[in-house]
Amino acid sequence: MKVLLSWLQEFAPFPSDDPVALGDVMSDLGMAVESIERIGEGLDGIVTVKVLELRKHPDADKIQLVDVDLGDGEALQICCGATNLTVGDVVPLATLGTTMPDGMEIARRKMRGEWSNGMLCSGRELALGEDHSGIYILDPSLALGTPIVEALGITPDVLFDLEINPNRPDAMSVAGVARDLAARLGLPFAIPVPTVEELAGDAGSIASVDIIDPDLCGLFHIRVIEGIKVEPSPRWISDRLTALGMRPINNVVDASNYVMLELGQPNHTYDLATVPGGALRVRWAHDGETITTLDGIERTLTGGRDGVITDASDSAIGIAGVMGGASTEISETTTTVLLECAWWQPMAIARSSKFMGLRSEASARFERGVDPAIVDLAARRLAELLAPSGARLVQGSVSADGDLSVTPAVRVRTKRVNQLLGTEIATEQIVSLLTPIGFVCSATDEVEVLSVTVPTFRPDTTNETDVIEEIARHYGYSKIVGRAPTSAHTGSLTPIQRDRRSIRQVLVGRGIHEAMPLPFLAPGDLARCGLPAEAVTVTNPLAAEESILRTSLRPGLLRAIAYNESHRTDGVSLFELGKVFALPAHGETLPDEREHLAVALAGCDARAAANIWALLAQTLGLNDVGIDQSAPPAGLHPGRSGVLRRGGEQLGEIGEIDPGVLDALGLRERVAWLQLDLGVALAAPHGEHRYHHISRYPSSDLDLAFEVDNAVAAASIEAAVRSAAGPLLVTVNLFDVFRGHPVPDGRRSLAYRLRLQAPDRTLTDEDIGGVQRSVVEALIPLGATLRG
Amino acid sequence: MIDDITRIAGAAPVLIADASSVDELRAVEADLLGKKGELTLLKKGMGGLDPEGRKAAGAALNEARESIEAALAVRRNDLERAERASMVATEQLDLTELLETPERGSLHLVTQTWDRLVDVFIGMGFSVAEGPEVETDWYNFEALNIPAAHPARGMWDTLYVDLGDPETVLLRTHTSPVQIRVMTDGEPPIYAVMPGRVYRRDTADASHMPVFHQIEGLVVDRNISFADLAGTLEAFTSAYFGGSIHSRLRPSYFPFTEPSAEYDINCVFCEGNGCRTCGQTGWLELGGCGMVHPTVLTNVGLDPEEWSGFAFGFGLDRLALMRHGVDDIREMYTGDVRFLEQFPS
Repeated sequence: MKVLLSWLQEFAPFPSDDPVALGDVMSDLGMAVESIERIGEGLDGIVTVKVLELRKHPDADKIQLVDVDLGDGEALQICCGATNLTVGDVVPLATLGTTMPDGMEIARRKMRGEWSNGMLCSGRELALGEDHSGIYILDPSLALGTPIVEALGITPDVLFDLEINPNRPDAMSVAGVARDLAARLGLPFAIPVPTVEELAGDAGSIASVDIIDPDLCGLFHIRVIEGIKVEPSPRWISDRLTALGMRPINNVVDASNYVMLELGQPNHTYDLATVPGGALRVRWAHDGETITTLDGIERTLTGGRDGVITDASDSAIGIAGVMGGASTEISETTTTVLLECAWWQPMAIARSSKFMGLRSEASARFERGVDPAIVDLAARRLAELLAPSGARLVQGSVSADGDLSVTPAVRVRTKRVNQLLGTEIATEQIVSLLTPIGFVCSATDEVEVLSVTVPTFRPDTTNETDVIEEIARHYGYSKIVGRAPTSAHTGSLTPIQRDRRSIRQVLVGRGIHEAMPLPFLAPGDLARCGLPAEAVTVTNPLAAEESILRTSLRPGLLRAIAYNESHRTDGVSLFELGKVFALPAHGETLPDEREHLAVALAGCDARAAANIWALLAQTLGLNDVGIDQSAPPAGLHPGRSGVLRRGGEQLGEIGEIDPGVLDALGLRERVAWLQLDLGVALAAPHGEHRYHHISRYPSSDLDLAFEVDNAVAAASIEAAVRSAAGPLLVTVNLFDVFRGHPVPDGRRSLAYRLRLQAPDRTLTDEDIGGVQRSVVEALIPLGATLRG
Repeated sequence: MIDDITRIAGAAPVLIADASSVDELRAVEADLLGKKGELTLLKKGMGGLDPEGRKAAGAALNEARESIEAALAVRRNDLERAERASMVATEQLDLTELLETPERGSLHLVTQTWDRLVDVFIGMGFSVAEGPEVETDWYNFEALNIPAAHPARGMWDTLYVDLGDPETVLLRTHTSPVQIRVMTDGEPPIYAVMPGRVYRRDTADASHMPVFHQIEGLVVDRNISFADLAGTLEAFTSAYFGGSIHSRLRPSYFPFTEPSAEYDINCVFCEGNGCRTCGQTGWLELGGCGMVHPTVLTNVGLDPEEWSGFAFGFGLDRLALMRHGVDDIREMYTGDVRFLEQFPS
């Protein structure tokens, strides 16, 4: 919402000397000032000149040389990029030394070898509007050399651009902003009473309205204005509309918009001649009903969602609260206007304008809730504005009521106010804060309890808390003294939050970078990664690339690796901790949402992933997790991948990306892969690192090499060694793997070093021999033979 | 025998001095004092002497042995020192002549900011709550006092997913549904923050992403007031941004809080003096906050007369960008290692 200082001053005597301070007060009241523009300032040094001659620039296509006369008959050369000039035009020139409204200083300078002795200005450069398509052409009768402020009759003013919150329908008008501001500043506020001479007659015999659906329209008020002469508005009206961002059209439409901006009451003007019998009806639209709106577009309406105003024959001539119809539009031949000031059900207008994709200044106000008490004031104000053109308001009005609820008085407890705000505001102070903004406070039988009647222009305020917010706003948020927290509560991370930090530390320490690809996928992304295509889809994505929720972290990380490869960064190591989404489990509404960890190591084979896994398993204290290579997971290298398994539970997948997938994604390097379902992995107790007594007696090492079939996993050999070695075993390490002569094809040699130690004595040769015998024996069923 | 001892002891210093390495010295030591060394052999021959001669020979032997051991120790020390010196000389390394330097990975900027924020709030007694990213309309909107067709829904451009009835399941537009879950699943007093990933139907540009991160806070207890909110945010502001940065609250509107406020802090770049980043205002808008709306409390089964609370929230990505001077949010999400490695931790 934009407001002009001069307009605000019509309602209260605001000072003109410090607009910034005034803006600070508006911000503090919750009407945040987004910008302050000083109109007519910074235009010193800009004068009227006449175009004498237009010449081609010898060295530039897009610049013209313009000779202008400042009134002294001398030709002054200006370089100008605009093309809308003709000889004889009177235009504004920023002379040398001028500082423009945007701060730019005008100096004599050469443009492509030609001197420019100033700058011809567009409307936007003069801060007189948005037009920047060409130079601002002035009235040719103006005396040359006249300062532009004088030539245009510009009155200095200040334009505030305010951000209005949705719960402030009152602040969607100049008068409403003025009321709030005056209240805070302790200035008297009043809406001037329009002085309108009413024409004898009876509007009731000219027009009528029938509200068919009272749940759509709470109040429909009609006045009739005769003697309309459609012509341009007076300058002061069109200037104010322009300043507030509305385009002047003609005096009738402009007056209508002016009243809406000033009082917050949107209204609609019908050419009475186009409304048979002046009879209007108000009802919900029929499904498929069509209407051509003022903007010339034919729109199809939805039953029960959109409201319409129809004529006596039941044809729609306007969309309720959103936009009028073309058939009853004001035209040059209009002589009598039927003026509608209505109150529409806010939710209905919100729905209608949202789903129709049609937002107007009117709908923006109706959907917040306008003031039903000012419909006639608005009509009379509009008539007052049109009076100079000869228009006269016909006596009498037509009014029909629909469902219009009245907010009951609100019980406001002083104790509650102070409890919620942490203040010590007295009841009398509450009264003096609320009264200037139209809230009527009266005492009740209860002590320190007020009965507060909310003004009709604050439909958002319906309960005690709403009123407390108003009290706080006018008391001043900045005056509420913060109470430092003295909480007796303790905070800490949850176990999974701590585990996440450990995981990240380990991976970062291994040189792996954390990435966060977007969780959206394009159709085909999953299939390209060799993964099943079933996934949750987005109903209203902005792009196809964002139409699917990932079921795996793999497409995102692989895409990031491809991105790095394409920028000549090879061997990239990335990890991600993030959510993946599978279709809901049976009977569930929400997706099966899980947190995964994934690690992708470009330029590494599957063993790198296994090493990272070993590190993570150690860190998290995840024991008893095996790598099951019997059924390779989808999208991973069939000979170099497996499932991380703890008993019957699947914790994740490990290995290397399938070469076919690498090809499909255009990846040059192999990629080692690890993924872990954190929820599953961390659900069971883990991370209990219990102390083991360290023996004081010497340890002995026993090296054993076995010949084993390739098909037998080293992990199962090691497991067998561990269980057979018994309590004397401290550690077991695979220290050599060998394939080739003399080991037969299909088999390899695995060499383990067992460190043995007893807690209570030095080991004997018999002890060590005993361990060796049990281990060798235990490995026989696995087809492992001790090498000599 | 005494003569033999004297001869050996007399010759020993020359032998010891002639040894030119620790190994040679070890051989000399073996010849003199070893199991088959000369002195050892003489000692074995002492049995044939009379007691008096044995006593005298024993004393001489001990004396010779001690002097030889002392000489050996001195020589060994010299030789070891010389050998170590020559070894050290040959082992010289140029520590800047490195072929493969190990690389540290990096935590994502969002994670770094997340952890930093969470640490401050834990210090203030808050616990850390999380929730699903795909939510029902109830948790994301209805329970937060934003009924369907409420004009305020326009404040969030929502992405819906094809589950359940149309427009009933969505990608959460804020972390506020976690507040509802915390209040529904637990009991006051509640002191919790909710960091998390959120979604908006937004086209990516230098300052927007369809996916970004927020942190919200929620306190529900007896007699919690707006003054507590202001004090908590002020304490957080100086703890996170530094003691010279302060906060202010301005009236605002959110359906789920009342009174509602905008939460501003002194511009961290100019400390409130006015600069380009803060548009010369000296303030940066950080987020929104307010007293939990009575309807929200009622929706989760809490009596607003008994319990009151406040909530606040702000974007996390912007803090990350601000701290490191990154001018395009999209850089954080490409996975480009040239970006990630700039911020190890």
